[in-house]
Amino acid sequence: MRVPLSWLREYVDLPATETGRDVQAKLIAAGLEVETVEQLGADLKGPLVVGQVLTIEELEGFKKPIRFCTVDVGTANGTGEPQEVVCGARNFAVGDKVVVVLPGAVLPGNFAIAARKTYGRTSHGMICSGDELGMGDDGSGGIIVLPPEHEVGTDAIELLQLVDEVLDIAVTPDRGYALSLRGVAREAAIAYGRPLLDPALLDVPGPNAFGYPVQVSDPLGCDRFAARTVTGLDSEARSPIWLKRRLQKAGMRPISLAVDITNYVMLELGQPLHAYDRSRVQGAIGVRRAAHGEKLTTLDGVVRTLDAEDLVITDDRGPIGLAGVMGGAHTEIDDTEGTTTEVVIEAAHFDAISIARTSRRHKLASEASKRFERGVDPLAASAAAQRTVDLLVLLAGGTADAGVTEVIAPSAPHTISIPANHPDKVAGVDYGRETVVRRLQQVGCDVYGQDELIVTVPSWRPDLTDPNDLAEEVIRLEGYENLPSTLPKPPAGLGLTERQRLHRRIGRALAGAGYVEAPNYPFIGEPAFDQLGLAADDPNRKVVKLVNPLSDEEPALRTTLLPGLLQALRRNDGRGSHDLALFETGLVFHPQEELRIAGRLPVDRRPTDEEIASLTAALPVQPRHAAVVLAGAREQAGWWGKGRPADWADAIEAARTLAREAGTELLVRSGQYGPWHPGRCAELAVRVGGAEQVIGYAGELHPGVLKTLGLPARTCAMELDLDALEQASEGLPKGPKISTFPVATQDVALVVDKVVPHSDVEAALREGAGELLESIRLFDVYENSEQLGEDKKSLAYALRFRAADRTLTVDEASAARDAAVSLAAERTGAVLRGA
Amino acid sequence: MSAPNKSYDPVEVEALKPEEIERMRDEALAAFAAAGDLDALQEAKVAHTGGTSPLALANREIGALPPHAKAEAGKRVGQARGAVNKAFAARQTELEAERDARVLVEEAVDVTLPHDRVPAGARHPLTTMMERVADVFVSMGYEVAEGPEVEAEWFNFDALNFGPDHPARQMQDTFFVEGPTGDHGESGVVLRTHTSPVQARAMLDREPPVYIVCPGRVYRTDELDATHTPVFHQIELLAIDEGLTMADLKGTLDHMVQSLFGSDMKTRLRPNYFPFTEPSAEMDMLCYVCKGESVGNPDRPCRTCSSEGWIELGGCGMVNPRVLVACGVDPQKYSGFAFGFGIERMLMFRHNVEDMRDMVEGDVRFTRPFGMEI
Repeated sequence: MRVPLSWLREYVDLPATETGRDVQAKLIAAGLEVETVEQLGADLKGPLVVGQVLTIEELEGFKKPIRFCTVDVGTANGTGEPQEVVCGARNFAVGDKVVVVLPGAVLPGNFAIAARKTYGRTSHGMICSGDELGMGDDGSGGIIVLPPEHEVGTDAIELLQLVDEVLDIAVTPDRGYALSLRGVAREAAIAYGRPLLDPALLDVPGPNAFGYPVQVSDPLGCDRFAARTVTGLDSEARSPIWLKRRLQKAGMRPISLAVDITNYVMLELGQPLHAYDRSRVQGAIGVRRAAHGEKLTTLDGVVRTLDAEDLVITDDRGPIGLAGVMGGAHTEIDDTEGTTTEVVIEAAHFDAISIARTSRRHKLASEASKRFERGVDPLAASAAAQRTVDLLVLLAGGTADAGVTEVIAPSAPHTISIPANHPDKVAGVDYGRETVVRRLQQVGCDVYGQDELIVTVPSWRPDLTDPNDLAEEVIRLEGYENLPSTLPKPPAGLGLTERQRLHRRIGRALAGAGYVEAPNYPFIGEPAFDQLGLAADDPNRKVVKLVNPLSDEEPALRTTLLPGLLQALRRNDGRGSHDLALFETGLVFHPQEELRIAGRLPVDRRPTDEEIASLTAALPVQPRHAAVVLAGAREQAGWWGKGRPADWADAIEAARTLAREAGTELLVRSGQYGPWHPGRCAELAVRVGGAEQVIGYAGELHPGVLKTLGLPARTCAMELDLDALEQASEGLPKGPKISTFPVATQDVALVVDKVVPHSDVEAALREGAGELLESIRLFDVYENSEQLGEDKKSLAYALRFRAADRTLTVDEASAARDAAVSLAAERTGAVLRGA
Repeated sequence: MSAPNKSYDPVEVEALKPEEIERMRDEALAAFAAAGDLDALQEAKVAHTGGTSPLALANREIGALPPHAKAEAGKRVGQARGAVNKAFAARQTELEAERDARVLVEEAVDVTLPHDRVPAGARHPLTTMMERVADVFVSMGYEVAEGPEVEAEWFNFDALNFGPDHPARQMQDTFFVEGPTGDHGESGVVLRTHTSPVQARAMLDREPPVYIVCPGRVYRTDELDATHTPVFHQIELLAIDEGLTMADLKGTLDHMVQSLFGSDMKTRLRPNYFPFTEPSAEMDMLCYVCKGESVGNPDRPCRTCSSEGWIELGGCGMVNPRVLVACGVDPQKYSGFAFGFGIERMLMFRHNVEDMRDMVEGDVRFTRPFGMEI
């Protein structure tokens, strides 16, 4: 809502020294979001005067027609001689009154005017258009032609009201009343403690039987309909400058006198109005729901197919308007031919929800629908109709028809009962009853009662429905800035949950290991799965789809973190960072086996546990995953020596890092899945309640996938289900008993078939070594077909033995080692090297 | 030791004459002093204390002396040898110290060499910013609550007093999830547009009093540009207890900005409208850079607050009793307050991040400087 300060002052006697910024601050404190204060004509400087065109000489030979004019500007030019001006516009004739800017003036945009040579003549100033004066579009398409009554030499800055301040207010959905000068003035009046000159306080004749016939067949959708008729309109009458200027400053385009007047009254009182050309309306005006499929051409020329819920205005032939949203083309006021001489004024009140739905359904938002959706004062309808009639009589020479129609569905004013100290309790401030009552009365409430207040809310505040709404009115008018600052005392909390701690720990552990966190958007498309080489029946291809994705390429939600993370890797690589280790933890989304609709539960009570469960059942499964990707060097080359490229083992180690943080034993074994290199992929599993569960994969990515995705060679990745890892947690670590007896170290080198995994050998050694084994560590892997034979490898382990209660003898340690080796031999075919 | 020489006159033994012994001692001392390094010293040691050294040979002659002369000769030689050994030890200590000092000099390194063998990793500042804010409240006794990102409309809207036709519901550009019928059918499920549904869940899950913060990812259908992103982060706070007031809300906000920006910080509330709070307010914090001093002071413009003096933080208010009812909390007994704000925005003004895209592209150059905590 744009509010010219000059217009606002008409209803509130603001101190003359108050600037737009001052008023802005006051209104913001009262809860109106005044976003900007536009300074109109701030840099404008005259002379800018009314002139009368004396002669026009058409100049030939230029790309466009040019006129050399002489204009009478009275004595404004100091000489009284006609002013010679070159002009490119053509919408004027000799004798017309125009606006002339003279040398020495400055127009908006710091446009200094001086006599200058152009088109072979000297132009001593300019004949101005609305645009050049910063007035906005006036629909003329050229220079301003003034009504003839204005005298030459008159100061046009004053005449056109070019200097003003305009408050631009973003009106929140609850404050429909602030979409009017009347509503904003009311807030300003309270803020400044001045009386409001309410423009809706008009003498309105009571309804009578000879008004224009109106039939409302849906009183719920339309609880009030006032109709008035004005005849004998002068079709030549045009909107006066003041009316046009106010509309322009408020952001509306002047169109024709009758339309301008209805817009003006809407801005003033907040009541949307419609003017029908009476000669085009056949029979009684009706209000009803549309028949499904009925058609209506609205003012914007669009043929609309109506829904059975749409509220329409009808005449004998059918719909003539989309109630509260937009009128129909057939009954439009004629503003071009100028043939309209009789109008019927509609000032009605429509159901906010019905208008909102219709507006949304037809994707048609208008000044009217915007106001009805947010709530219009139903009691302002007849005043608005009267004001429109008055202006039509005044400005268009019309005659008010004696007939007054008012169809009203009876309704009681809304009352709210609150304890007098309710605002005090909400605010934590001791306002006292007197203040509460005074503030509520200021916003227009009627208040009765002592300890318990019966508050009748004003008709223009349909948003005031609950006790807390009234509390807010009191608190905001007393000033949010005056609220004290106190701290509540929450009961002792339990701190972060284990899960929350784990998530933080994991982030720190990975960052500590050199990974950089890179959270990605969860949007994904089918091709991403193809690029990853997922099988056609891969469960990860079942996705949660969006109705309105940002991009049709990515219409679904991710089931894996890899596409996003790999894209981030590629982006970094493309920007010159080639040695990369990235990680992400985030949700992935899997649709339920059976899709359900999440119902709309009631809100007037707590939903039952079953109802809540029904909502949960309709939501996708949303586990948290963790993933890493690596490319380039894991360790840099430097003065210390060579670097080391990131490899499959780093990816698997990242999984181990997570498992360590989660206190979970991670099972790593050879696996094959989707995007990974079939020979360099580890399947990651955990034990949950005795059963093994695969929770992810790690290793080097498939060269084909890397090529398709344009990723660096040997890019590696790991992804696992963090929730599953967490569930497998073994709980609190147990403090080990530390023996202080000496350690006995034994190294063994075992030759096994190449295909035998180290993990099997180690497990056998560990089991075979028995209780004396303190630790075991693989320290070398050696392959040499000449020495070891084809398809063999040597695994060298350091075994450390120690007893809790004594120093081990060499024999004891050797016996344990032998037992370990023999079990490894039995299980894996291992042969002690050199034996 | 040579065999006793009976025919020899002991007094005449040249080598045992006092002046001879003195000479041998002095020669040894001179040799040690002249030794420039440990090797030379070792040579001198062999020459002057070894088995064939003059003093050793002289010592050997003592045996040949008659008994009455042995004592004196022995004493003389012994004293000389003692002096020689002592001098050797002293010189050795001296030379070893010199050597050690030299080695330390030789072993000196260039300590300015880099060791970026494994470049540092980092957590994303959005993550750590959320944790930082959450920790302010955790230390006060609040708990951190989480919820699903794909959420039922009832939790995201209805329970929060956004009725089906509520204009505010249209203000938010929501991602809708496709329903069972496919082809854009209705599902009643959306990508949550704020973290507020977590509040509703918390109220349903817990008995009052409830003191929680809810950090998380939220979604709105904005295209990515310098100031918008369709996927962003919020943190919200909810307190439900007996007798909570708007003053408590104000105090909690003040505490938060003081904790994050310094003890001289404060907040300002302006009336606003949100369906889930009533009364509602927009909250601003004092500009932590200029502390409001740039207002009306063109000589000292402030980029952080555009010389407004205040930074818009987010929305807040007293929990609408209708929300309490829908979430099973008795509004006659309990009241509550809530607030929420965007993490991206806070990151932008707290850390001078100028472009939203930097936060979503995962460029390691952006993230690294933020380290582990923020």
